[in-house]
Amino acid sequence: MAEATTAGGARRHRIGAPPPLAALIVRRVAVSLLLLLAVSVLVFAGTEMLPGDVAQMILGQGATPQALAGLRAALHLGEPAWLRYLHWLWGLLHGNAGHSLVNGMSVATLVGRRLVNSLRLALFTTVVTVPLALLVGITAAIWRGTAYDRVVNILTVATVSVPEFLFATLAVLIFAVRLRWLPALSLVMRGASFAELLRAYALPVATLSLAIFAQMARMTRAALVNTLASSYVEMAVLKGVRPVRLVLRHALPNALGPVANAVALSLSFLLGGVVIVETVFSYPGLAKLMVDAVSTRDMPLVQACAMIFCTAYLLLVLVADLVALLANPRLRHR
Amino acid sequence: MALATGAVVAACFALAVFGPALAPHAEGTIVSRNIFAPMSAAFPFGTDYLGRDMLSRVLFGARFTIGVALPAALLASGAGTLLGMLAAVRGGAIDAALSRAMDTLISLPTLIFSLVVVAALGSSITVLVLTAAVIYTPGSYRIARAVAVDLSATDFVKAARARGEGGLAIMLGEILPNMVMPVLTDFGLRFVFIVLLLSSLSFLGLGIQPPDSDWGGMVRENIEGLSAGAPAVIVPAVAIAILTVSVNLLIDNLPGRRIGRRGD
Repeated sequence: MAEATTAGGARRHRIGAPPPLAALIVRRVAVSLLLLLAVSVLVFAGTEMLPGDVAQMILGQGATPQALAGLRAALHLGEPAWLRYLHWLWGLLHGNAGHSLVNGMSVATLVGRRLVNSLRLALFTTVVTVPLALLVGITAAIWRGTAYDRVVNILTVATVSVPEFLFATLAVLIFAVRLRWLPALSLVMRGASFAELLRAYALPVATLSLAIFAQMARMTRAALVNTLASSYVEMAVLKGVRPVRLVLRHALPNALGPVANAVALSLSFLLGGVVIVETVFSYPGLAKLMVDAVSTRDMPLVQACAMIFCTAYLLLVLVADLVALLANPRLRHR
Repeated sequence: MALATGAVVAACFALAVFGPALAPHAEGTIVSRNIFAPMSAAFPFGTDYLGRDMLSRVLFGARFTIGVALPAALLASGAGTLLGMLAAVRGGAIDAALSRAMDTLISLPTLIFSLVVVAALGSSITVLVLTAAVIYTPGSYRIARAVAVDLSATDFVKAARARGEGGLAIMLGEILPNMVMPVLTDFGLRFVFIVLLLSSLSFLGLGIQPPDSDWGGMVRENIEGLSAGAPAVIVPAVAIAILTVSVNLLIDNLPGRRIGRRGD
């Protein structure tokens, strides 16, 4: 039935045939938006469970009743929770996430520059990790069952099951303390030279990459090995195709979808890792901002940071799903 | 391999139970003026930032690292398995409602979700256990549901339905005994994830609060000693790694590992 979708599009769409690709993509995007909405309810409800009077918290014990009443009105504290949620959501959509409870600055201003820093860290990590992980994952699939494959397996299982802060502290110990090659803190001054930039980013990017690299290499290998189990590959083996050619020419083109899916999914592990790495290296990113906001219970800031992270996460999962959908017509039958 | 890793895992759990009895010093006593001391005969793992014996602290800390993660993993795996079976057996609206709820929960990045909860409710042990349990229930649910859906289509379940057995009897009597292996494997995985999550929270200073201290918290409080290369930072971090890596390798080498691999 697949030809109905690929060749004819909507016009030849029959009852019982799978819906056209565009409709599937629209539906998948709509599901993501709905999930994002549900997540925003959870984040808002979670942070609104806080006992106590927010206005009193901001102004302190010595506040006058008039000031308290004024602030309560400004924060819509007298309104029911669902109305406050709508106010909050409306503000978020317009880039107005309220003001920090700690220093009164606008959340949008606080978040803005930090977000750029975190994105830069994530970008460098992606550029370093993806080629390496693909290389190791693909070679492990080519030489599956060999000693090399087993070593890769044990090392990557070990890496996946170790907390990121272990790598971070070990990296600081070895490269910053013992060898003194790199700085322990990642502070980039404005107008820093390229060499300085490289040195500042080396340790955070390396530790962040390690965790994601292991995940990505494992998933890439798994995706390829799955394809290698199909009967056309068996045919090629019987024909006498050598292992390297078998994987690169026969299996890889068909495994591109699952592999791209694995890459996008692994990148979502960036979100956990970045929290640890930014804290260890005092990197001025969004995750560090959020951790500090949690310690000071600065709710508007926590909410905004959480929403940005959740959106990024949903976006990566959406990309992974769409890639899989585009690459594999069989997934369209659902 | 399975035997060796199994022994390490068993040893870790024994530490959680008997650790305090084995410790040469009480966890809070300052035993040396020498802070961040290196390894020595008197203090095999050195001393921490206050001059406390690290060996004793690691032995006491096992209670918090393992003792908090274990109930959370039991809750997550138990709730996930029961709800997954329920969805598979009942199907229809119950299945749809449960699956959509789990989809929503799983679309929150774990560490970010726990940060939000800790910001709102603080980090008492109850909050930590429940948060970790809620975060990891959807993963168990998906695997249990996938396996249980397959099992629901088997002849022996159809026969049980024809005999007129109720949903609960089918879930507990027919389906559950046939999915013990995937459920156990999944339980091990959830345990590792929860140990990592709670250690990371403690490392950020947002998990178990002093004077109690788990291994992740010990890495944090001794981080200053990193520049001196003190064992006080490295030992608890390595202890976490030994625990999680051995549980993961144990699962990887269990017989019948393949069964639970679908879905999640």
